[in-house]
Amino acid sequence: MSADPSQFEEPILRIRKQIEELSAQEPEPARLAEIAELQSKLTKVSSEIYSKLTPWQKTLVARHPQRPYTLDFVSLLFEDFLEVHGDRKFGDDAAVVAGLASFRGQACAVVGHQKGRNTKEKVIRNFGQPRPEGFRKALRVMKMAAKFKLPVFSFIDTQGAYPGVGAEERGQAEAIAVNLREMAALPVPIVVTVLGEGGSGGALALGVGDRVNMLEYSVYSVISPEGCAAILWKSAASAPEAAAAMKITAQDLKRLGVIDEIVPEPVGGAHADPAKAGELLSPYLEKAMKELMKLKPALLLEERYKKFRKMGFYEKG
Amino acid sequence: MAWFRKEKKPKEAVEKQTAIPEGLWIKCDECKEVIYRKEVEANLNVCPKCGYHFRLTARERFEILFDDNKYKEFAGDVRSGDPLEFRDTKRYRDRLKVYQQRVGTGDAVLCAEGKLDGMNVVICAMEYAFMGGSMGSVVGEKITQAIERAIDRKEPVIIVSCSGGARMQEGILSLMQMAKISAALARLSDAGLPFISILTDPTTGGVTASYAMLGDLNIAEPKALIGFAGPRVIEQTIRQTLPEGFQRAEFLVEHGMVDLITPRVEMKPALSRFLRFFLQKA
Repeated sequence: MSADPSQFEEPILRIRKQIEELSAQEPEPARLAEIAELQSKLTKVSSEIYSKLTPWQKTLVARHPQRPYTLDFVSLLFEDFLEVHGDRKFGDDAAVVAGLASFRGQACAVVGHQKGRNTKEKVIRNFGQPRPEGFRKALRVMKMAAKFKLPVFSFIDTQGAYPGVGAEERGQAEAIAVNLREMAALPVPIVVTVLGEGGSGGALALGVGDRVNMLEYSVYSVISPEGCAAILWKSAASAPEAAAAMKITAQDLKRLGVIDEIVPEPVGGAHADPAKAGELLSPYLEKAMKELMKLKPALLLEERYKKFRKMGFYEKG
Repeated sequence: MAWFRKEKKPKEAVEKQTAIPEGLWIKCDECKEVIYRKEVEANLNVCPKCGYHFRLTARERFEILFDDNKYKEFAGDVRSGDPLEFRDTKRYRDRLKVYQQRVGTGDAVLCAEGKLDGMNVVICAMEYAFMGGSMGSVVGEKITQAIERAIDRKEPVIIVSCSGGARMQEGILSLMQMAKISAALARLSDAGLPFISILTDPTTGGVTASYAMLGDLNIAEPKALIGFAGPRVIEQTIRQTLPEGFQRAEFLVEHGMVDLITPRVEMKPALSRFLRFFLQKA
């Protein structure tokens, strides 16, 4: 089991390096032609590799260290983002960001998990694993949105809720549970997008909405492939098998009726071209917002209830 | 003939069906006293020496809570499919069959209606012997049906949790049951109807992080393990041994997450009193 995406991305990285080296030299016509040729080769190789990713490889892409995070998408797609802090109960959790912003001229609220890019940032963001304060902060801002009749955009990207002593003491389970109940009844549109990792209850705590979309190479699961493998295969090394068995990719979830749409990513994944990833996501957010803002709150809530009510698979008799 | 015969292992690792083994005498898990079995049973499966609460089956739970052990089960025809065609070292479908035959509850929860001290109530009791009481589509569907039935009939809901959390073999569909049940509970609450959550040993993971924590009252049995992350996961994360009593019912009361701890023998009278207040029958 390799947990490093650079293994299957190796051919892509090699071509990219060649392009970089050539670009650093004098721009002679022959060289420019060579670069152009390499560019088209890069596109071809990337799309070839990415069209054949296994569920485990998609997991690694979803966790890619260069993958755009919530705040990257916020700065690409929203204007005037004003972040607010704290749950007004205990503290501020940097693993969740929340605030107000403008999207296509519409005032709205934004909540989302936030991972860190470098070591220092990762520690501050607690690797994107929220404590109860994070979930409560998000809920506070969502309720604010409801009060002022603003739509909510929620972005999911977490390995899961943080399993720590303090988090348990302060009611990790209660914080998640309350978010599920309150989001089910929030009388404004909620548009959810899974950007990278949708890790279990910590993801779902921001994931109850009227539209739930996933980026093409994101994953969403009840437990991490490593966690599932450790329990059912008795070894975390069986994570690739667990990833396949649990059906965690955007394509699987669409088939299972859990999500609405798959948002395409640029060739070679969102990390290959974050700006393009934003461009591709934007129309999905806009479409969802426009459709949902036409609905009266009672109908909106009725439809949201039905959406989750029918999830699951069982037989009769 | 061989001198030594290889001992045959049972085909499926046998989970504790109930914590009470067969036989006239049993040993308490907590105080290690050997006690006369009948004496324990007469005491609602609580150790008469130290008060340790043995795990109950769903039907034993009903027997304690419903008047005269009279109740009507419903939604019993909801059965697990195998939506993911899941297979680890064994097929999920085969695992289900083994548990269905051995435990006899169809899946990990039973739902019933009847009277509690004369009041109509809907009770869901989880069955730990069925795959660790794990919540998949069936548990989610049955509990949601139970809540919707209670809304229709304007009755209170009591859910007795006993579960390791969401069922991995149904993947994301198990996770979504948390949202489904919580949404139904929001409606129950809007209808002004009581929901009492009873947390028994163990209640962890997705069950705690959804309905088990959403009661108008969260009532725990003494010393029940209650938490989101399991203690082993936390120990691996923080690389420290957890203190004695961490995530036990008493710890949750201390941290404000559970309303009260009620020993099993006092559970029904306590429920009756609370429901009378809620329904203004006091």
